[in-house]
Amino acid sequence: MPFLSRIMALLAGDPQADRTVPPTGYTARLTLFTSAAMAFLAVFALALSLATGRLANRWSAELAQTSTLRISAPVDQLAAQTRAALIVLETTPGVAQARPLTADEQRALLAPWFGPDLPVETLPIPQLIEIIEDSDGYDATGLRARLQAEVPGAVLDDHTRWREPLVAAAGRLRTLGLVAILLIAASTGAMITLAANAALAASAQVIRVMRLVGARDIYIARAFVRRFTLRALTGATVGMIAGILAVMLLPRTDVAGGFLTGLGFQGAHWLWPLVIPPLAAIVAFFATRAAALRTLREQS
Amino acid sequence: MIALENVAYTYGGGELFSGVDLTLAPGSFHFLTGPSGAGKTTLLKLCYGELTATAGHVRVFDQDTRSMDRDAIAMTRRRIGVVHQDCQFLDHLSVGENVMLPLTVAGRGAEVGGNLKDLLGWVGLTAQADQLPPQLSGGERQRAAVARAVIMSPDVILADEPTGNIDWEMSQRLLTLLIELNKMGKTVLVATHDLSLIRTAKAQVATRVLRLKDRRLQLAGADL
Repeated sequence: MPFLSRIMALLAGDPQADRTVPPTGYTARLTLFTSAAMAFLAVFALALSLATGRLANRWSAELAQTSTLRISAPVDQLAAQTRAALIVLETTPGVAQARPLTADEQRALLAPWFGPDLPVETLPIPQLIEIIEDSDGYDATGLRARLQAEVPGAVLDDHTRWREPLVAAAGRLRTLGLVAILLIAASTGAMITLAANAALAASAQVIRVMRLVGARDIYIARAFVRRFTLRALTGATVGMIAGILAVMLLPRTDVAGGFLTGLGFQGAHWLWPLVIPPLAAIVAFFATRAAALRTLREQS
Repeated sequence: MIALENVAYTYGGGELFSGVDLTLAPGSFHFLTGPSGAGKTTLLKLCYGELTATAGHVRVFDQDTRSMDRDAIAMTRRRIGVVHQDCQFLDHLSVGENVMLPLTVAGRGAEVGGNLKDLLGWVGLTAQADQLPPQLSGGERQRAAVARAVIMSPDVILADEPTGNIDWEMSQRLLTLLIELNKMGKTVLVATHDLSLIRTAKAQVATRVLRLKDRRLQLAGADL
């Protein structure tokens, strides 16, 4: 692949060309720092995108697999209606399991609002039945019709109402993460352009002499491009490693509770951050090249 | 080699010169003289593509500089050795590396071999090869510039006030270098206002003296 071999040749470099353009320590350090910081942030943006993507999938899958039947009836009819509903559910194709929540479970559900030790048995609280679907799912419209006929107090909630905004929110977050990655890439390019311009301006005399002795623009540009590409690659690698360590040090999700769920990488997703340093190098390559060729045209 | 046809150069609304015709034939030795500010340096810059004529045509090796892109100009400069009035070097590289810079930037740095040593000996800078340019005296800088100008074995050598900052003895040595180059077949054009230098040269080599005056280029008479 000629493109790849050109990239390799560029990275291997021409030590002579490198010596002719003296490095500027100041811009070198700034470029390293910027690339590292941007890569660090990119790791988090990536983690956010992947985590929210996972969250969206899980929410839609889990919530889609379960639904709830709520039976509101006078206390004396509640047990009978529950039994009737269970019979209907057991004969409905697509329902894998139907189970009335126990008093303890209902109490646990209400505890955040009413506190513990609520005497649920004596309160006119609807009975909840948890329905777990098999992989094919059931026909919600048909089930509603049958329930309406046989258990008038039953209300079927297939969680669509909950699911959709949650999934939409997670999807939006994922988009936001991707936008953040794009912005980080663009900012990296902008900052490297500024740094390259500073280095080019500082080397105006060198460039003038080299042009006068017959150096082609690309020869001069290459010395800058190579240097900035390597700096971005190095900086981004350091930043990426720091970012991964920081993600690894985040509190475990099962300890911190389900809400922070998995801001991090899972399985093969750990490989994604490895894309960041080469990406930073590519951005630096094109940003510096454009800046150098433009400056050369303007300068001499 | 280099031909100017009815060339004019204008900047900042003022005309520096116009109607300039000049042909540098292979192996010729020209002096360009004239009062300060007459445009000697500008004329030289037109010859190596640093500036573009505002009117007329400048042909370098049969190519019109106006139609040349930046790479073509770079390639042309490898065939023209230029000694600038204020010789600029890369101050972080040694004199030796500066002298071979034209080869380095042409990607031919490996070819230099023993030539560099010979060349530095010829301009009398063997001892200074490892020094940095700021450590050189004015005359040494000028001679280093000559060495750099000829390392590519160019067809044409353009020198702009090469003896401007140096004493008489040193300018004699520099002139001898230029005359030797001319005798090797190089085309030489020297811009100078140093008339005694021109007289000395005339005694040793067939030269033509051009005078840039009152916005015109004339062939100077026998008064020199």
